[in-house]
Amino acid sequence: MTTFCGIELAHPVINGSGTFDAIAARRAFGDALDEQFPFSAFVSKTITLRPRAGNPPPRLWEASAGLINSIGLPNKGLAGYLELDLPQLARLPVPLITNVMGSTAAEVIELVEAVGARDEVAAIELNVSCPNVETGLDIGADARSLGAFVRAIRPHALKPLIVKLTPNTADVAAVAEAAAAEGADAVSLINTLRAMALTSTGEAWLGGGAGGLSGPAVFAVALAQVTAVARRVDIPIVGMGGVRATKHAQELLSAGASLVAVGTESFRDPLAGARIAKGLRETPANRAEHTASGAATRQVA
Amino acid sequence: MSQASLERRRLSVAGNDEVGSYRVLRLSDPDGPPPTPGQFSMLTAVDRWGGGDDERPFLPRAFSVMRVRDGEAHYLLEDVGPGTNRLCELRTGDEVWVLGPLGQGFRDPRDDRRAVLAGGGVGIAPLAIWQDALLERGASHALLLGFRDGEHAIGANLLRCAQVATDDGALGHHGYVTELLASELDENPHAEVYACGPPLMLEAVRALCEERGVPAQLALESGMACGFGACFGCVAPLRDGSYLRVCVDGPVVDGALLAEVESHAGSPA
Repeated sequence: MTTFCGIELAHPVINGSGTFDAIAARRAFGDALDEQFPFSAFVSKTITLRPRAGNPPPRLWEASAGLINSIGLPNKGLAGYLELDLPQLARLPVPLITNVMGSTAAEVIELVEAVGARDEVAAIELNVSCPNVETGLDIGADARSLGAFVRAIRPHALKPLIVKLTPNTADVAAVAEAAAAEGADAVSLINTLRAMALTSTGEAWLGGGAGGLSGPAVFAVALAQVTAVARRVDIPIVGMGGVRATKHAQELLSAGASLVAVGTESFRDPLAGARIAKGLRETPANRAEHTASGAATRQVA
Repeated sequence: MSQASLERRRLSVAGNDEVGSYRVLRLSDPDGPPPTPGQFSMLTAVDRWGGGDDERPFLPRAFSVMRVRDGEAHYLLEDVGPGTNRLCELRTGDEVWVLGPLGQGFRDPRDDRRAVLAGGGVGIAPLAIWQDALLERGASHALLLGFRDGEHAIGANLLRCAQVATDDGALGHHGYVTELLASELDENPHAEVYACGPPLMLEAVRALCEERGVPAQLALESGMACGFGACFGCVAPLRDGSYLRVCVDGPVVDGALLAEVESHAGSPA
């Protein structure tokens, strides 16, 4: 068992937001989805106040050892999520973490109040890879703006608040520190790295222009950022980015993560989370071998 | 519809046969869930998936099940990118990860309509298993197939009693399969059309059927990352401005739902 923000979890492997749709998976795999659920908690895709259709296709590009996506956060909006999705997600055999995003603090407060009031929701994850309406910069790209954002929101969240950091910033550890100082209960990282692909005639391939890179190509970046953040904050860290085998999970845990999330690898193998969790159970001793960073010794101890 | 297990199945290659410009990858799958015609699977070679040019392929590739016969599942391949290239070179005894069958397949014709199957290129694959099902129940149907040239048209031998069109006139009707379809609907308008092929062909089929008031079930193709609704990458726009996911809401879609079949054949290939 693992305890994360007071939530009991069967193992330390969860999904990255937006990389697993449990409702669609139940359509594809039936009851087996609940019986063999690969994660110890389920993180919803990002919910916004109003419904979003998402970006025009194409939305995917297979990159070197990875994937660039420009999905555009399609979702039913807060009301649709609470009415249609939440009852179905509540049937999952694991705790539920709802990921939310808004472009102003007022929007996010409305989201976290409504989501946090629901018993089915164990924790809230805040997606801060969203442009600030005033500056145009991502809210999570700058420690001061992120700190102010979390400060405004934290009192309204009745559940543990996880801040999902963006890697597209000069100093992710400073941003994490600001989140922790303003009351975030945990941070999760990394989100996708901003990326793009071109058509043969030199235009942007993705319908949304630029997108986010994930998959094996980003693991080394994730390891560096988790290590940097673990040196600066004491709150739990959910590490993710390119985890495709047990050894990657072990390395992120050694770097200071409390949980790891699997994302793109689930596209290749829907049971990837379960496979990695099983590997962690069977080879716990290996965690001590990966002490590449100062943070690692703290985790191993 | 048939349901996949959550666990990918590791299957052996029983054969990989050259058929004109295509290959038929035969996987030994005696215990697999029988697919509904039109459903698809995600395929990944167990060995050397990745590490090619540009470190691709990385994601699994989606293929309609072409046929299930004698304990084997058949998939039709055309070498058009790193994923299909790797699958094309597999030999007997090599292994493939298979997730499937997935998605929504073909539904029976409405109102005693006659099934008219129209396929283009590698899109003939789901029509083969659908024709097998129609033949098994003795259902009258027409089969119209289009190819770019004679080498590709050899693929027509994988199905039965096809009327063939080729872009270059090497075999059958010199022109498009949609011209054969228009003639067929002139003769037998009480039809339901089942089509799979490149986006331009599917759009022509959709528009023709809309004009004639004939229902059309279109098997869409899209680049996919997952095949089971997780990534939201394989969307097709609907008339109402929203999107459907080709993997879980399709790949077989009622043509009336679409304003047009968009030509965005996505990476990966």
